[in-house]
Formats: sequence, C-alpha cells, structure tokens
Amino acid sequence: MAVINGERVSIVPQSIAAYLKSAGYNEKRVAVEKNLRIIPRGKWTDEMIGEDDSIEILNFVGGG
Amino acid sequence: MEDKLILGGHEFTSRFILGSGKYNLKLIQAAVEQGGAEIITLALRRANTRESENILDFIPKGVTLLPNTSGARNADEAVRIARLSREMGCGDFVKVEIMHDAKYLLPDNYETVKATEVLAKEGFIVLPYMYPDLNVARDLQNAGAAAVMPLAAPIGSNQGLATKAFIQILIDEIDLPIIVDAGIGKPSQACEAMEMGAAAIMANTAIATAGDVPAMAAAFRKAIEAGRSAYLTGMGRVLARGGSASDPLTGFLR
Repeated sequence: MAVINGERVSIVPQSIAAYLKSAGYNEKRVAVEKNLRIIPRGKWTDEMIGEDDSIEILNFVGGG
Repeated sequence: MEDKLILGGHEFTSRFILGSGKYNLKLIQAAVEQGGAEIITLALRRANTRESENILDFIPKGVTLLPNTSGARNADEAVRIARLSREMGCGDFVKVEIMHDAKYLLPDNYETVKATEVLAKEGFIVLPYMYPDLNVARDLQNAGAAAVMPLAAPIGSNQGLATKAFIQILIDEIDLPIIVDAGIGKPSQACEAMEMGAAAIMANTAIATAGDVPAMAAAFRKAIEAGRSAYLTGMGRVLARGGSASDPLTGFLR
C-alpha cells in the first residue's frame, strides 16, 4: 500500500503526473513530496510512484 | 523622500501585512484592495480533490506571497514546509512559525533560530515569528533574518499590545524591520505599535472576525499610515507634571 496524504491507498505504479490527473488534483496549484524528497514539477512525468511510497500533495490555503 | 519598507531587498509602500486565514476566499481581493496590503500570508496544507477553488486564484496580481510554516513543531519541519512552499513557485519569502503548544500557540524561539539559519543560507527571505526577547532577536539577526516578527499577544486573541515594553526594546536595539505580528485586535493598537517605531503590522483575526472584513482592512490601513506618520514626525513631548496652556497667557478680558 502507498500512503498518500496520510491515507493508505492501493495504486498501480504510475508517474506522478498521471496520478495527479487521474485523482483529480489541480496540478497547477500543488507541490509534491515523495518519501520526504521534493519532486520538482518538471520531473512529474518521469518520476514514478508505487506501492511502497509515501506521498504528500500540498497546496496553499488561507493562513496568518 | 519616499518611505519604503524594505525586506530582503524588496521594496514595499504598504506597511500592512494581511493574513488570509478564517475568511471567505471571495473577500480576499476586497480586503487586499481596501487594506492596501502588498504582502499576504498563506499556509501550506494537504491538498484534496474535492475543492476546486484555490486561494491563489483570489489574490490580486502583484501581491507578494508570504507562506508561513504553521504546523511545524520543530526546525526540521519548518524547513521542510518552507522548501515545499517555495516549490509552488511563488517566491522566496517565508514566515517561520514553529509551535507545539495548542493552548497559547506561543512560538518556540530556539527552534525558530535554527530554522532561520538554515533557510537564510538557502536564499530564503526569512521573517521569523517570535516571542519578543532581545537575545533571541539578536540571534535571528545573526542567523540571517530579513526582519523580526514579535508577537503582541497570543495568535488570534485580539488582545492587543500585551508585550509592548519588550517590542519597544527590539525596535530600539535591533537593526532590522520589526513587524508586530499576532494579537493586534484593533486599528488603534496597530497605530500605537507604528507610533512606537514598528516597521509594519501583520494582522489576520482582527480583520477576519470583524463585522465587515474589507471595511476593517481599510480601517487598519488608515491606522497604520497614521501611526507611521506620527513616528516619522516625532511625537510631541509629555509633561511629567502640570499643564502647559495652548492659548496665549496675556491679553485676557477682565
């Protein structure tokens, strides 16, 4: 199982770009971290995620 | 002579830093416009696929984004959040905010100095939120902070300048902009901090919980401008005792 934003999910190996698109994230407005390593936007089509990965997908919200 | 706020080499005309938490996204543009704010704070959180609206779509162009590291409980977490925020492509500013006390939300000054040092070396323009302590402010300056952001009172409390005497010490002794952050609840308190020589005011809850958000942002703008003008002018003197007539003391009708 992969862990995506704290939730355990079963995913087939795929690129970050493919995952963001299929899951419905607003790709223009997120940053992605894989196993505590930031994956720059330019590498999303090459960087794969799979069953053992821990992924954080983040965006800006209102804050003080 | 133009009076500019300079942070990390960037010039700002406005001395009002607006927080964007706790209110409707649709009010942000009006609050920014009415408040004349050129810097707005944001937080980084896990994204979800249910919300189609993103705060970045509601912030007017030309406004500088100041992501905070809220949620960080130590320096390592703050550095991680700052790096991820920069990855969003919105600039190098970061407000370091580290706390692990949910009751008073007081910042951890020690961890804040550590995070500031790491981030400044990485080229961030670091604005650390801190408890007003002169020694820590000096440490933050040595660590490369672009400004120091002492709290006036606990976050979100609207209690005003509870730490006034200690903020004044920072203003007097630290050669960096002192931006009063957290706890400012009313325009009069923002004005008072500016009269003391604060470089800017950061406010969120006072505006977010007001009856009319844009109108309160406008009230803060005026108060901050008034306080700044008074500070630059030099305050009138205070008499320790007695009074001093404002009218001529001759030519009375008898």
